[in-house]
Amino acid sequence: MNQTAISIKRLKKSFNEKEVLKGVDFEVQRGEIFALLGSNGAGKTTVVNILSTLMKADDGEALICGIDVDRQPDGVRQSISLTGQFAALDGMLTGRENLMMIAKLRGVHNPAQVADRLLARFSLTEAANKRADQYSGGMKRRLDIAMSLIGTPEVIFLDEPTTGLDPEARIEVWNTVKELANGGTTILLTTQYLEEAEQLADRIAILHGGVIIKTGTLQELKEMFPKAIVEYVEKQPSLEDIFLNIIGKKESV
Amino acid sequence: MKRITGTLIGRLMRNIMRSPDTIITVAITPIMMMLLFVYVFGGAIETGTDNYVNYLLPGILLMAIASGVAYTSVRLFTDVKSGLMARFITMPIKRSSVLWAHVLTSLVSNALTILIVILVALLMGFRSNAGLLDWLSVAGILGLFTLALTWLAVIPGLTASSMEGATAYSYPLVFLPFISSAFVPTETMPKIVRIFAENQPVTSIVNAIRALLYEGAVGNDIWIALAWCIGIMGIAYFFASKKFKRQLG
Repeated sequence: MNQTAISIKRLKKSFNEKEVLKGVDFEVQRGEIFALLGSNGAGKTTVVNILSTLMKADDGEALICGIDVDRQPDGVRQSISLTGQFAALDGMLTGRENLMMIAKLRGVHNPAQVADRLLARFSLTEAANKRADQYSGGMKRRLDIAMSLIGTPEVIFLDEPTTGLDPEARIEVWNTVKELANGGTTILLTTQYLEEAEQLADRIAILHGGVIIKTGTLQELKEMFPKAIVEYVEKQPSLEDIFLNIIGKKESV
Repeated sequence: MKRITGTLIGRLMRNIMRSPDTIITVAITPIMMMLLFVYVFGGAIETGTDNYVNYLLPGILLMAIASGVAYTSVRLFTDVKSGLMARFITMPIKRSSVLWAHVLTSLVSNALTILIVILVALLMGFRSNAGLLDWLSVAGILGLFTLALTWLAVIPGLTASSMEGATAYSYPLVFLPFISSAFVPTETMPKIVRIFAENQPVTSIVNAIRALLYEGAVGNDIWIALAWCIGIMGIAYFFASKKFKRQLG
């Protein structure tokens, strides 16, 4: 079987004369967590939108599990799941109802059982019958990711999964993503937080100025830079460490 | 296709049932209008009938539908903004079923509103000796009118950049019955207003419904009414589908 889950070659896209993607290339292997790192407006979401069949590229080629995104979007939709920038759920429905809805749409055999299993896995069982718009930001995001897992898609897109979350919720989401990768799902993650890419990704691509300027593991990226100098510095706790300690979450990943 | 659309309609109907204000608000404005016109202005309006509630009801029903379809825009707008729309259309389901679910939901929720308004009209003295077939025809015209306006409502629902923008178009629609034969006969209107009133869709639809409910006849207006409904629906459907496709790239 082909080991490449996502393959992009010379991908180009402009919006009203403004060239956002100027020929983007990268490959993601099956079961990998791949982070697309870039600042705001770098075109990360555009890449995700093209790969998830929401948008057509102007030029270039994009394959998901060997299927062309442009020519066979229906085929691609069989093997992907999109978790967009905002938690995409129906706030008027309960957590369980949201999951059941997606399970029914995906034609899963026993929607109720699938929903209950996911609720338990994402620690949402207690809130299962509460309306989703009453959830906290972290809970919404977890429900959102749980919804994306139904039907066991091969490739999951996580577009800035922790933007707008507080530190505690961010760690919750990180743990969720790490657990996903253990299950063998391919994940394309976009983020503007260096720490997030460092925490989660097997490999990292840096998108800047419309092209990928560097790709590699964290180790490989580190080796490109001058050798680290050993210095003795008193380690002060960061504000994040203090915050997390005070509110009783000892482990900051 | 059926399973998908059914699931999506179930979801939207749940939304409506959990915020009953959507049905009540939509029903209340036409009911207030009916009360106002029957018990305040009605005595002074010369329509040549002895039952003004009967005269008024068809126009009130159209008004209820015109304000009801605005909620389709609101629900679509919310789906697009929340990202649910993106989630649905990147799933392996038929994309058109996403729009059809919204349109069919509008049909059901407007039917509920219409029922409430007719019940209130019955309390106020509305009487008709129309048979089953006449009532079915009335339901058919109202259904077509709802479909036509709903497809129209889909366009701002998909394209608007704010909630206000998504619903602004509905105000002129709600007021269209005022410049028609819905509340007063058109004969007393000044010439230009009268030409407009007699040639806009509401007048022919109102006249067609009156003929069915009170005269036991099909009347001539029904064909003009049908042409209006089908014409508006066809054009709105064309532009709505085009917008839907283009938005998805």
